[in-house]
Amino acid sequence: MRREAEITVIGGGVVGLATAFGLLRAGRRVRVLDGADSDLRASQGNFGLVWLQGKGAGFAPYAQLSRDAVALWPDFAAEVQEASGIDLALDQSGGYEFFTEADEFSAFKADLEAQEATLGNRFSHEVIPGDDLRRSFPEIGPGVVGATFCPLDGHVNPLRLLRGLRVAVTALGGEIVQGAKVEKVTPVASGFEMALENGSRLDAPRVVLCAGLGAAPLAAQLGFATRVRAQRGELLITEKLETRLPFLSSTIRQVDEGGLQIGGTKAEVGPDDRETREMMAGLAQHAVTVLPALADVRVLRAWGALRVMSPDGYPVYTRSAAHPAAAMVTCHSGVTLAAFHGTKLADWLEDTAAAPDLEAFDEHRFALSASA
Amino acid sequence: MSIASRFLPPPKADGTVCFTLDGEPVMARDGDTLAVAILAHTGAATRTTASGSPRAPYCMMGVCFECLVEVDGRPNVQACLIPVREGMAVRRQDGLRGLRHDG
Repeated sequence: MRREAEITVIGGGVVGLATAFGLLRAGRRVRVLDGADSDLRASQGNFGLVWLQGKGAGFAPYAQLSRDAVALWPDFAAEVQEASGIDLALDQSGGYEFFTEADEFSAFKADLEAQEATLGNRFSHEVIPGDDLRRSFPEIGPGVVGATFCPLDGHVNPLRLLRGLRVAVTALGGEIVQGAKVEKVTPVASGFEMALENGSRLDAPRVVLCAGLGAAPLAAQLGFATRVRAQRGELLITEKLETRLPFLSSTIRQVDEGGLQIGGTKAEVGPDDRETREMMAGLAQHAVTVLPALADVRVLRAWGALRVMSPDGYPVYTRSAAHPAAAMVTCHSGVTLAAFHGTKLADWLEDTAAAPDLEAFDEHRFALSASA
Repeated sequence: MSIASRFLPPPKADGTVCFTLDGEPVMARDGDTLAVAILAHTGAATRTTASGSPRAPYCMMGVCFECLVEVDGRPNVQACLIPVREGMAVRRQDGLRGLRHDG
């Protein structure tokens, strides 16, 4: 008979599964509760970037955390691949941000200077004027005023990451419960009692809330102040190409199987993941401006997906003041940070001597501000 | 789009058109889809996947993408979704399309 889990992770997306992976590696018995297919699953709609450029320009702890995560990725990917047998197609060969507006180019250059001031020799970047860029890549269009490049940026195949984590968690002895949408959490003397939507009940001595946009009602029940909101991003998927693009950018990337992803937009529209013609047209226009040869490449699919945003946009790692056996993890960069969640976060959740300092990400920052 | 408009008109009883498949002339019933015309002419593969695996028209309704061919120089055309036309130059498609840098 299976022994009762010591830690229950609520949420079976990239964040919850990576967190569970790390806890399993630390020797814990872990159960993951995955919700319903009708949930707003950010992990099934994301772009797959392992991206440092521009992260935390205005908040040093986030710049440091993102840098740590990017450095942890090669070993983490190898561990997930070893445990799951699934190749995540990790490629960290550097990435470009392309700009078609001079003022946006200047503003981003300033952001990267701030990031470099924070990270010192742990970060480097190049600023490339448009004509220099076209000398390296003649296929770049004349409408591109310039680009920035960071050699630490990369990407993975996002669907294989999700699947790889699921298989790895199971292979390491974790239990993933499907269709286990938690409706109500009640703190009790022995931990927590959970009522699921399907009518069943579960007990858990410790919980980690990683439920993405599904976290809001459960956060309140567990005494957390963090309230996440949805931010919509839209993206396009093209037909597969034999030609390998000579660059990776945050808006045009080619997955290992040949198709291009073109993204991504931002819209504050609440929990509405529909795609819009206006945003799709804008994405296509950007792609053709950057790379005119894309003009006759067809788009096969387009979708909207919802980012999980905390009030200030930065990750939250926090314990419940009212119920210390409950922790909450939420962020919108679940792919980039997966390597951190799958390794060092376990030390923080277990409160070991090696625990990283995550004080800057505690949710008390919301309690002290008007945005809470 | 109304449901009715998703259906192509039925083929005419006696009309014929001629197109070429890799340069070879092929007769087809006027009003058939290109995929039907290709299957009627040859059951052999008309494309290969990225890994070289052979494929021929399969679902005949725009879903499976096994019927991709090059039509009049345009790659990745779903042959099941277009009617065959007189003079159409069709080529089997091997592997994935490339990017065209001459356009």
